[in-house]
Amino acid sequence: MNPLSLTGLCRALLRRELTVMLRSRAELANPLFFFLMVCALFPLGLGPSPQLLATMAPGILWIVALLSVLMASDSLFRSDFEDGTLEQVLLSPVSLYLIVLIKTLGHWLLTGLPLTLLAPLLALMLQMPSSGLVVLVLSLAAGSLVLSFIGAIGAALTVGLKRGGVLLSLLVLPLFVPVLIFGSAAVQRAVQGMDSVSPLALLAAMALLSLALAPLAIAGALRVSLDQ
Amino acid sequence: MWGWFHKWSSPRWFYQLSGRLLPWLAVLTALTLVAGVAWGLLFVPPDYKQGNSFRIIYIHVPAAAVAMAGYMVMAVAGAISLIWRIKLADMVMKCCAPIGAALTFLALVTGAIWGKPTWGTWWVWDARITSVLVLFFLYVGVLALYEAFDNKEAAGRACAILALVGAVNIPVIYWSVEWWYSLHQPASISFTGESSIHPSMLRPLILTIIGFYSFFAVSLLLFVRNEILNRERNTRWVRELILADSKV
Repeated sequence: MNPLSLTGLCRALLRRELTVMLRSRAELANPLFFFLMVCALFPLGLGPSPQLLATMAPGILWIVALLSVLMASDSLFRSDFEDGTLEQVLLSPVSLYLIVLIKTLGHWLLTGLPLTLLAPLLALMLQMPSSGLVVLVLSLAAGSLVLSFIGAIGAALTVGLKRGGVLLSLLVLPLFVPVLIFGSAAVQRAVQGMDSVSPLALLAAMALLSLALAPLAIAGALRVSLDQ
Repeated sequence: MWGWFHKWSSPRWFYQLSGRLLPWLAVLTALTLVAGVAWGLLFVPPDYKQGNSFRIIYIHVPAAAVAMAGYMVMAVAGAISLIWRIKLADMVMKCCAPIGAALTFLALVTGAIWGKPTWGTWWVWDARITSVLVLFFLYVGVLALYEAFDNKEAAGRACAILALVGAVNIPVIYWSVEWWYSLHQPASISFTGESSIHPSMLRPLILTIIGFYSFFAVSLLLFVRNEILNRERNTRWVRELILADSKV
Protein backbone atom coordinates (compact mmCIF):
# COMPACT_ATOMS: atom_id res chain seq x y z
CA MET A 1 0.00 0.00 0.00
CA ASN A 2 1.35 3.37 -0.96
CA PRO A 3 1.85 5.24 2.31
CA LEU A 4 1.23 8.56 0.57
CA SER A 5 -2.28 7.63 -0.47
CA LEU A 6 -5.28 8.75 1.53
CA THR A 7 -6.10 5.26 2.78
CA GLY A 8 -2.47 4.63 3.62
CA LEU A 9 -2.40 7.84 5.61
CA CYS A 10 -5.57 7.01 7.48
CA ARG A 11 -4.32 3.52 8.31
CA ALA A 12 -1.02 4.90 9.59
CA LEU A 13 -2.73 7.53 11.74
CA LEU A 14 -5.21 5.04 13.14
CA ARG A 15 -2.51 2.49 13.82
CA ARG A 16 -0.45 5.10 15.65
CA GLU A 17 -3.38 6.22 17.75
CA LEU A 18 -4.47 2.71 18.70
CA THR A 19 -0.90 1.61 19.46
CA VAL A 20 -0.27 4.53 21.77
CA MET A 21 -3.54 4.03 23.58
CA LEU A 22 -3.11 0.27 23.89
CA ARG A 23 0.26 0.76 25.54
CA SER A 24 -1.45 1.97 28.69
CA ARG A 25 -4.14 -0.65 28.97
CA ALA A 26 -4.84 0.20 32.57
CA GLU A 27 -5.79 3.71 31.56
CA LEU A 28 -8.20 2.34 29.01
CA ALA A 29 -10.01 0.43 31.71
CA ASN A 30 -10.61 3.53 33.83
CA PRO A 31 -13.71 4.84 32.00
CA LEU A 32 -15.17 1.33 32.03
CA PHE A 33 -14.68 0.96 35.77
CA PHE A 34 -16.09 4.45 36.28
CA PHE A 35 -19.17 3.41 34.28
CA LEU A 36 -19.55 0.25 36.33
CA MET A 37 -19.05 1.83 39.72
CA VAL A 38 -21.23 4.88 39.22
CA CYS A 39 -24.04 2.71 37.83
CA ALA A 40 -23.70 0.63 41.00
CA LEU A 41 -24.07 3.77 43.11
CA PHE A 42 -27.59 4.40 41.86
CA PRO A 43 -29.29 1.36 43.41
CA LEU A 44 -27.33 2.03 46.57
CA GLY A 45 -28.52 5.61 46.69
CA LEU A 46 -32.07 5.19 45.41
CA GLY A 47 -32.92 1.93 47.08
CA PRO A 48 -33.03 -1.49 45.40
CA SER A 49 -36.71 -1.44 44.38
CA PRO A 50 -36.75 -3.16 40.95
CA GLN A 51 -39.65 -1.11 39.60
CA LEU A 52 -37.97 2.20 40.44
CA LEU A 53 -34.67 1.08 38.96
CA ALA A 54 -36.33 -0.26 35.83
CA THR A 55 -38.02 3.10 35.20
CA MET A 56 -34.84 5.02 35.76
CA ALA A 57 -32.39 2.62 34.09
CA PRO A 58 -32.37 4.14 30.56
CA GLY A 59 -31.64 7.60 31.94
CA ILE A 60 -29.05 6.39 34.44
CA LEU A 61 -27.18 4.37 31.85
CA TRP A 62 -27.13 7.24 29.39
CA ILE A 63 -26.04 9.85 31.95
CA VAL A 64 -23.25 7.71 33.37
CA ALA A 65 -22.05 6.75 29.87
CA LEU A 66 -22.00 10.46 29.00
CA LEU A 67 -19.94 11.27 32.09
CA SER A 68 -17.52 8.43 31.32
CA VAL A 69 -16.98 9.73 27.78
CA LEU A 70 -16.46 13.22 29.23
CA MET A 71 -13.82 11.89 31.62
CA ALA A 72 -12.04 10.07 28.83
CA SER A 73 -12.07 13.19 26.59
CA ASP A 74 -9.75 15.08 28.87
CA SER A 75 -6.86 12.76 28.04
CA LEU A 76 -7.38 12.95 24.29
CA PHE A 77 -4.75 15.57 23.53
CA ARG A 78 -3.05 16.00 26.87
CA SER A 79 -0.18 13.54 26.57
CA ASP A 80 0.61 14.66 23.02
CA PHE A 81 0.54 18.28 24.14
CA GLU A 82 2.85 17.67 27.06
CA ASP A 83 5.60 15.94 25.13
CA GLY A 84 5.47 18.30 22.16
CA THR A 85 4.02 15.87 19.64
CA LEU A 86 0.99 18.05 19.10
CA GLU A 87 3.12 20.95 17.88
CA GLN A 88 4.81 18.65 15.39
CA VAL A 89 1.43 17.40 14.26
CA LEU A 90 0.32 20.97 13.59
CA LEU A 91 3.44 21.54 11.48
CA SER A 92 2.82 18.50 9.30
CA PRO A 93 1.79 19.06 5.67
CA VAL A 94 -1.11 16.67 6.13
CA SER A 95 -4.47 18.30 6.60
CA LEU A 96 -5.12 18.80 10.31
CA TYR A 97 -8.80 18.03 9.71
CA LEU A 98 -7.91 14.51 8.66
CA ILE A 99 -5.45 13.94 11.49
CA VAL A 100 -7.95 15.12 14.07
CA LEU A 101 -10.77 13.06 12.55
CA ILE A 102 -8.78 9.82 12.66
CA LYS A 103 -7.39 10.58 16.10
CA THR A 104 -10.82 11.18 17.63
CA LEU A 105 -12.23 8.16 15.83
CA GLY A 106 -9.43 5.97 17.17
CA HIS A 107 -10.01 7.36 20.66
CA TRP A 108 -13.72 6.53 20.35
CA LEU A 109 -12.94 2.98 19.23
CA LEU A 110 -11.07 2.39 22.47
CA THR A 111 -13.24 4.39 24.89
CA GLY A 112 -16.78 4.97 23.61
CA LEU A 113 -17.22 1.64 21.89
CA PRO A 114 -16.18 -0.49 24.92
CA LEU A 115 -18.62 1.53 27.02
CA THR A 116 -21.34 0.73 24.52
CA LEU A 117 -20.54 -2.97 24.67
CA LEU A 118 -20.46 -2.98 28.48
CA ALA A 119 -23.82 -1.22 28.73
CA PRO A 120 -26.13 -4.26 28.33
CA LEU A 121 -24.47 -5.92 31.32
CA LEU A 122 -25.05 -2.85 33.45
CA ALA A 123 -28.60 -2.58 32.10
CA LEU A 124 -29.33 -6.03 33.51
CA MET A 125 -27.80 -4.93 36.81
CA LEU A 126 -30.18 -1.95 36.85
CA GLN A 127 -33.17 -4.21 36.16
CA MET A 128 -33.86 -2.74 32.75
CA PRO A 129 -36.26 -4.92 30.71
CA SER A 130 -34.45 -6.80 27.95
CA SER A 131 -36.71 -5.26 25.30
CA GLY A 132 -34.54 -2.18 25.48
CA LEU A 133 -31.11 -3.77 25.18
CA VAL A 134 -30.69 -3.65 21.39
CA VAL A 135 -31.79 -0.02 21.20
CA LEU A 136 -29.52 0.75 24.14
CA VAL A 137 -26.49 -0.53 22.27
CA LEU A 138 -27.49 1.20 19.02
CA SER A 139 -28.22 4.53 20.70
CA LEU A 140 -25.02 4.43 22.73
CA ALA A 141 -22.94 3.47 19.68
CA ALA A 142 -24.08 6.53 17.72
CA GLY A 143 -24.40 8.70 20.80
CA SER A 144 -20.96 7.97 22.22
CA LEU A 145 -19.48 8.85 18.82
CA VAL A 146 -21.13 12.28 18.93
CA LEU A 147 -20.13 12.75 22.55
CA SER A 148 -16.51 11.80 21.78
CA PHE A 149 -16.34 14.37 19.01
CA ILE A 150 -17.96 17.14 21.05
CA GLY A 151 -15.69 16.23 23.97
CA ALA A 152 -12.75 16.48 21.58
CA ILE A 153 -13.77 20.07 20.74
CA GLY A 154 -13.72 20.91 24.43
CA ALA A 155 -10.45 19.05 24.93
CA ALA A 156 -8.84 20.97 22.06
CA LEU A 157 -10.03 24.30 23.51
CA THR A 158 -8.71 23.56 27.00
CA VAL A 159 -5.58 21.50 26.32
CA GLY A 160 -3.25 24.46 26.89
CA LEU A 161 -4.87 25.66 30.08
CA LYS A 162 -3.69 24.91 33.58
CA ARG A 163 -6.94 23.80 35.21
CA GLY A 164 -8.57 22.80 31.98
CA GLY A 165 -10.29 19.68 33.26
CA VAL A 166 -13.23 21.23 35.08
CA LEU A 167 -13.59 23.93 32.45
CA LEU A 168 -13.85 21.18 29.83
CA SER A 169 -16.91 19.78 31.59
CA LEU A 170 -18.50 23.21 31.87
CA LEU A 171 -18.02 23.91 28.16
CA VAL A 172 -19.04 20.57 26.84
CA LEU A 173 -22.04 19.57 28.99
CA PRO A 174 -24.49 22.08 27.41
CA LEU A 175 -23.58 20.69 24.01
CA PHE A 176 -24.16 17.14 25.28
CA VAL A 177 -27.77 17.88 26.27
CA PRO A 178 -29.50 17.23 22.90
CA VAL A 179 -27.63 13.92 22.49
CA LEU A 180 -28.68 12.82 25.96
CA ILE A 181 -32.30 13.78 25.36
CA PHE A 182 -32.59 11.77 22.16
CA GLY A 183 -30.51 8.83 23.36
CA SER A 184 -32.42 8.40 26.57
CA ALA A 185 -35.73 8.88 24.73
CA ALA A 186 -34.82 6.11 22.27
CA VAL A 187 -34.15 3.60 25.04
CA GLN A 188 -37.20 4.61 27.04
CA ARG A 189 -39.45 4.18 24.02
CA ALA A 190 -37.96 0.76 23.33
CA VAL A 191 -38.49 -0.29 26.95
CA GLN A 192 -42.12 0.79 26.73
CA GLY A 193 -42.58 -1.23 23.56
CA MET A 194 -42.93 1.81 21.28
CA ASP A 195 -41.13 2.41 18.03
CA SER A 196 -37.79 4.09 18.63
CA VAL A 197 -36.71 4.67 15.03
CA SER A 198 -37.04 8.47 15.10
CA PRO A 199 -34.70 9.24 18.02
CA LEU A 200 -32.27 6.63 16.70
CA ALA A 201 -32.37 8.24 13.26
CA LEU A 202 -31.71 11.65 14.79
CA LEU A 203 -28.79 10.22 16.75
CA ALA A 204 -27.39 8.71 13.56
CA ALA A 205 -27.79 12.10 11.85
CA MET A 206 -25.95 13.79 14.73
CA ALA A 207 -23.20 11.20 14.45
CA LEU A 208 -22.73 11.87 10.74
CA LEU A 209 -22.84 15.64 11.28
CA SER A 210 -20.27 15.48 14.04
CA LEU A 211 -18.00 13.26 11.93
CA ALA A 212 -18.14 15.83 9.15
CA LEU A 213 -18.10 19.14 11.04
CA ALA A 214 -16.54 18.62 14.46
CA PRO A 215 -12.99 18.13 13.11
CA LEU A 216 -13.18 21.68 11.71
CA ALA A 217 -13.81 23.07 15.18
CA ILE A 218 -11.28 20.70 16.78
CA ALA A 219 -8.55 21.68 14.30
CA GLY A 220 -9.27 25.39 14.78
CA ALA A 221 -9.26 25.00 18.55
CA LEU A 222 -5.96 23.11 18.50
CA ARG A 223 -4.34 25.90 16.48
CA VAL A 224 -5.62 28.45 19.01
CA SER A 225 -4.45 26.41 21.98
CA LEU A 226 -0.98 25.93 20.59
CA ASP A 227 -0.59 29.50 19.43
CA GLN A 228 -0.89 31.07 22.86
CA MET B 1 -20.07 52.72 0.83
CA TRP B 2 -17.47 50.10 1.71
CA GLY B 3 -15.41 52.89 3.15
CA TRP B 4 -18.19 53.62 5.62
CA PHE B 5 -18.32 49.94 6.61
CA HIS B 6 -14.58 49.78 6.85
CA LYS B 7 -14.51 52.67 9.29
CA TRP B 8 -16.58 50.71 11.77
CA SER B 9 -13.78 48.14 12.06
CA SER B 10 -11.33 50.73 13.33
CA PRO B 11 -11.48 51.05 17.12
CA ARG B 12 -10.96 54.79 17.03
CA TRP B 13 -13.64 55.46 14.46
CA PHE B 14 -15.99 53.05 16.21
CA TYR B 15 -15.45 54.97 19.43
CA GLN B 16 -16.29 58.28 17.77
CA LEU B 17 -19.24 57.01 15.72
CA SER B 18 -20.72 55.16 18.64
CA GLY B 19 -20.28 58.20 20.84
CA ARG B 20 -22.52 60.13 18.49
CA LEU B 21 -25.06 57.33 18.24
CA LEU B 22 -25.26 56.57 21.93
CA PRO B 23 -27.44 59.49 23.15
CA TRP B 24 -30.07 58.76 20.52
CA LEU B 25 -30.16 55.07 21.34
CA ALA B 26 -30.33 55.82 25.05
CA VAL B 27 -33.30 58.12 24.55
CA LEU B 28 -35.00 55.51 22.36
CA THR B 29 -34.42 52.86 25.01
CA ALA B 30 -35.78 54.99 27.81
CA LEU B 31 -38.85 56.10 25.88
CA THR B 32 -39.84 52.69 24.52
CA LEU B 33 -39.24 50.86 27.76
CA VAL B 34 -41.07 53.35 29.97
CA ALA B 35 -43.96 53.72 27.51
CA GLY B 36 -44.20 49.99 26.86
CA VAL B 37 -44.07 48.93 30.49
CA ALA B 38 -46.46 51.63 31.67
CA TRP B 39 -48.92 50.84 28.88
CA GLY B 40 -48.64 47.13 29.56
CA LEU B 41 -49.08 47.44 33.30
CA LEU B 42 -51.78 50.08 33.41
CA PHE B 43 -53.75 50.31 30.19
CA VAL B 44 -54.03 46.80 28.76
CA PRO B 45 -57.15 44.88 29.79
CA PRO B 46 -56.60 41.74 31.90
CA ASP B 47 -56.46 38.38 30.17
CA TYR B 48 -59.65 36.31 30.39
CA LYS B 49 -57.76 33.26 31.68
CA GLN B 50 -54.65 34.58 33.39
CA GLY B 51 -56.02 37.77 34.86
CA ASN B 52 -53.27 40.25 35.56
CA SER B 53 -50.37 37.82 35.87
CA PHE B 54 -49.80 37.80 32.10
CA ARG B 55 -48.36 41.33 32.30
CA ILE B 56 -44.90 39.93 32.96
CA ILE B 57 -44.93 39.11 29.23
CA TYR B 58 -43.69 42.65 28.62
CA ILE B 59 -40.38 41.76 30.31
CA HIS B 60 -40.18 38.02 29.69
CA VAL B 61 -40.68 37.86 25.92
CA PRO B 62 -38.34 40.74 24.98
CA ALA B 63 -35.63 39.46 27.34
CA ALA B 64 -35.82 35.98 25.81
CA ALA B 65 -35.89 37.31 22.24
CA VAL B 66 -32.89 39.58 22.76
CA ALA B 67 -30.99 36.84 24.62
CA MET B 68 -31.31 34.61 21.55
CA ALA B 69 -30.51 37.42 19.12
CA GLY B 70 -27.56 38.44 21.29
CA TYR B 71 -26.09 34.97 20.99
CA MET B 72 -26.30 35.24 17.20
CA VAL B 73 -24.57 38.63 17.38
CA MET B 74 -21.85 37.04 19.50
CA ALA B 75 -21.46 34.09 17.13
CA VAL B 76 -21.37 36.30 14.01
CA ALA B 77 -18.87 38.69 15.63
CA GLY B 78 -16.76 35.67 16.56
CA ALA B 79 -16.90 34.39 12.98
CA ILE B 80 -15.86 37.80 11.62
CA SER B 81 -12.96 38.01 14.05
CA LEU B 82 -11.80 34.49 13.10
CA ILE B 83 -12.15 34.89 9.34
CA TRP B 84 -11.02 38.48 8.79
CA ARG B 85 -8.96 38.95 11.98
CA ILE B 86 -10.77 42.16 12.89
CA LYS B 87 -9.87 43.11 16.44
CA LEU B 88 -13.06 45.07 16.99
CA ALA B 89 -15.20 42.06 16.14
CA ASP B 90 -13.31 40.17 18.83
CA MET B 91 -14.15 42.94 21.33
CA VAL B 92 -17.83 42.93 20.33
CA MET B 93 -18.00 39.18 20.78
CA LYS B 94 -16.41 39.35 24.21
CA CYS B 95 -18.78 42.10 25.34
CA CYS B 96 -21.94 40.32 24.17
CA ALA B 97 -21.40 37.46 26.60
CA PRO B 98 -22.17 39.13 29.96
CA ILE B 99 -25.14 41.07 28.56
CA GLY B 100 -26.58 37.97 26.93
CA ALA B 101 -26.06 35.89 30.05
CA ALA B 102 -27.87 38.48 32.19
CA LEU B 103 -30.80 38.69 29.76
CA THR B 104 -31.09 34.91 29.57
CA PHE B 105 -31.13 34.75 33.35
CA LEU B 106 -33.81 37.45 33.42
CA ALA B 107 -35.88 35.52 30.89
CA LEU B 108 -35.62 32.33 32.94
CA VAL B 109 -36.51 34.05 36.23
CA THR B 110 -39.44 36.04 34.82
CA GLY B 111 -40.61 32.87 33.10
CA ALA B 112 -40.55 31.01 36.42
CA ILE B 113 -42.45 33.85 38.09
CA TRP B 114 -45.03 33.72 35.32
CA GLY B 115 -45.24 29.95 35.44
CA LYS B 116 -46.12 29.73 39.11
CA PRO B 117 -49.62 31.26 38.94
CA THR B 118 -50.43 30.01 35.42
CA TRP B 119 -48.95 26.49 35.26
CA GLY B 120 -48.79 25.90 39.00
CA THR B 121 -45.06 25.25 39.01
CA TRP B 122 -41.88 27.34 39.09
CA TRP B 123 -40.13 25.09 36.61
CA VAL B 124 -40.95 22.45 34.03
CA TRP B 125 -38.54 20.57 31.80
CA ASP B 126 -40.15 21.29 28.47
CA ALA B 127 -38.15 21.76 25.26
CA ARG B 128 -38.02 25.55 25.16
CA ILE B 129 -37.17 26.14 28.84
CA THR B 130 -34.49 23.43 28.75
CA SER B 131 -32.90 24.84 25.60
CA VAL B 132 -32.93 28.39 27.07
CA LEU B 133 -31.22 26.97 30.15
CA VAL B 134 -28.66 25.39 27.80
CA LEU B 135 -28.25 28.84 26.19
CA PHE B 136 -27.49 30.27 29.63
CA PHE B 137 -24.85 27.58 30.20
CA LEU B 138 -23.35 28.33 26.78
CA TYR B 139 -23.02 32.02 27.66
CA VAL B 140 -21.44 31.12 31.01
CA GLY B 141 -19.10 28.73 29.20
CA VAL B 142 -17.93 31.49 26.85
CA LEU B 143 -17.31 33.80 29.83
CA ALA B 144 -15.42 31.08 31.72
CA LEU B 145 -13.28 30.15 28.70
CA TYR B 146 -12.32 33.79 28.13
CA GLU B 147 -11.16 34.18 31.70
CA ALA B 148 -9.17 30.93 31.64
CA PHE B 149 -6.72 32.07 28.97
CA ASP B 150 -3.84 34.35 29.91
CA ASN B 151 -3.22 35.46 26.33
CA LYS B 152 -6.33 37.48 25.51
CA GLU B 153 -5.93 37.14 21.76
CA ALA B 154 -6.00 33.35 22.02
CA ALA B 155 -8.91 33.69 24.46
CA GLY B 156 -10.90 35.61 21.88
CA ARG B 157 -10.30 33.04 19.18
CA ALA B 158 -11.14 30.11 21.45
CA CYS B 159 -14.38 31.81 22.52
CA ALA B 160 -15.24 32.49 18.89
CA ILE B 161 -14.96 28.78 18.11
CA LEU B 162 -17.04 27.87 21.17
CA ALA B 163 -19.69 30.46 20.30
CA LEU B 164 -19.95 29.12 16.76
CA VAL B 165 -20.26 25.51 17.92
CA GLY B 166 -23.00 26.49 20.37
CA ALA B 167 -24.93 28.44 17.74
CA VAL B 168 -26.75 25.25 16.75
CA ASN B 169 -28.81 25.72 19.92
CA ILE B 170 -30.55 28.86 18.67
CA PRO B 171 -32.72 27.23 15.96
CA VAL B 172 -33.52 24.52 18.51
CA ILE B 173 -34.84 27.11 20.98
CA TYR B 174 -36.79 28.96 18.33
CA TRP B 175 -38.52 25.96 16.82
CA SER B 176 -38.71 23.80 19.95
CA VAL B 177 -42.31 24.83 20.59
CA GLU B 178 -43.25 23.63 17.10
CA TRP B 179 -41.27 20.39 17.11
CA TRP B 180 -42.25 19.16 20.55
CA TYR B 181 -45.52 19.15 22.39
CA SER B 182 -44.78 21.37 25.35
CA LEU B 183 -46.37 23.47 28.04
CA HIS B 184 -44.95 26.58 26.40
CA GLN B 185 -47.37 28.10 23.90
CA PRO B 186 -46.39 28.25 20.25
CA ALA B 187 -45.46 31.52 18.57
CA SER B 188 -48.29 34.02 18.69
CA ILE B 189 -46.70 36.88 16.81
CA SER B 190 -46.69 36.44 13.06
CA PHE B 191 -44.87 38.80 10.74
CA THR B 192 -46.88 37.76 7.72
CA GLY B 193 -50.38 37.04 8.85
CA GLU B 194 -52.73 37.43 11.75
CA SER B 195 -51.18 37.22 15.21
CA SER B 196 -53.00 35.07 17.69
CA ILE B 197 -52.37 37.58 20.45
CA HIS B 198 -54.92 40.38 20.77
CA PRO B 199 -53.78 43.72 19.26
CA SER B 200 -54.40 45.60 22.51
CA MET B 201 -51.84 43.34 24.19
CA LEU B 202 -49.55 43.16 21.18
CA ARG B 203 -48.84 46.88 20.75
CA PRO B 204 -47.07 47.51 24.08
CA LEU B 205 -45.22 44.22 23.55
CA ILE B 206 -43.80 45.54 20.27
CA LEU B 207 -42.70 48.66 22.16
CA THR B 208 -40.89 46.71 24.87
CA ILE B 209 -39.29 44.39 22.31
CA ILE B 210 -37.88 47.43 20.50
CA GLY B 211 -36.89 48.83 23.90
CA PHE B 212 -34.97 45.69 24.87
CA TYR B 213 -33.20 45.52 21.50
CA SER B 214 -32.07 49.11 21.81
CA PHE B 215 -31.11 48.43 25.45
CA PHE B 216 -28.89 45.64 24.18
CA ALA B 217 -27.38 48.02 21.64
CA VAL B 218 -26.75 50.69 24.28
CA SER B 219 -25.18 48.20 26.70
CA LEU B 220 -23.07 46.63 23.97
CA LEU B 221 -21.80 50.00 22.78
CA LEU B 222 -20.93 51.03 26.33
CA PHE B 223 -19.11 47.76 27.04
CA VAL B 224 -17.25 47.85 23.70
CA ARG B 225 -16.23 51.48 24.17
CA ASN B 226 -14.82 50.55 27.55
CA GLU B 227 -12.99 47.59 26.04
CA ILE B 228 -11.55 49.80 23.29
CA LEU B 229 -10.23 52.30 25.82
CA ASN B 230 -8.73 49.46 27.82
CA ARG B 231 -7.03 47.71 24.93
CA GLU B 232 -5.91 50.86 23.10
CA ARG B 233 -4.78 52.67 26.23
CA ASN B 234 -1.23 53.07 24.90
CA THR B 235 -2.27 54.85 21.72
CA ARG B 236 -2.06 58.60 21.32
CA TRP B 237 -5.75 59.22 20.70
CA VAL B 238 -6.76 57.45 23.90
CA ARG B 239 -4.14 59.27 25.91
CA GLU B 240 -5.34 62.60 24.53
CA LEU B 241 -8.92 61.64 25.35
CA ILE B 242 -8.05 60.79 28.93
CA LEU B 243 -5.99 63.95 29.37
CA ALA B 244 -8.78 66.05 27.93
CA ASP B 245 -11.26 64.44 30.30
CA SER B 246 -9.04 64.84 33.33
CA LYS B 247 -8.55 68.51 32.64
CA VAL B 248 -12.29 69.15 32.93
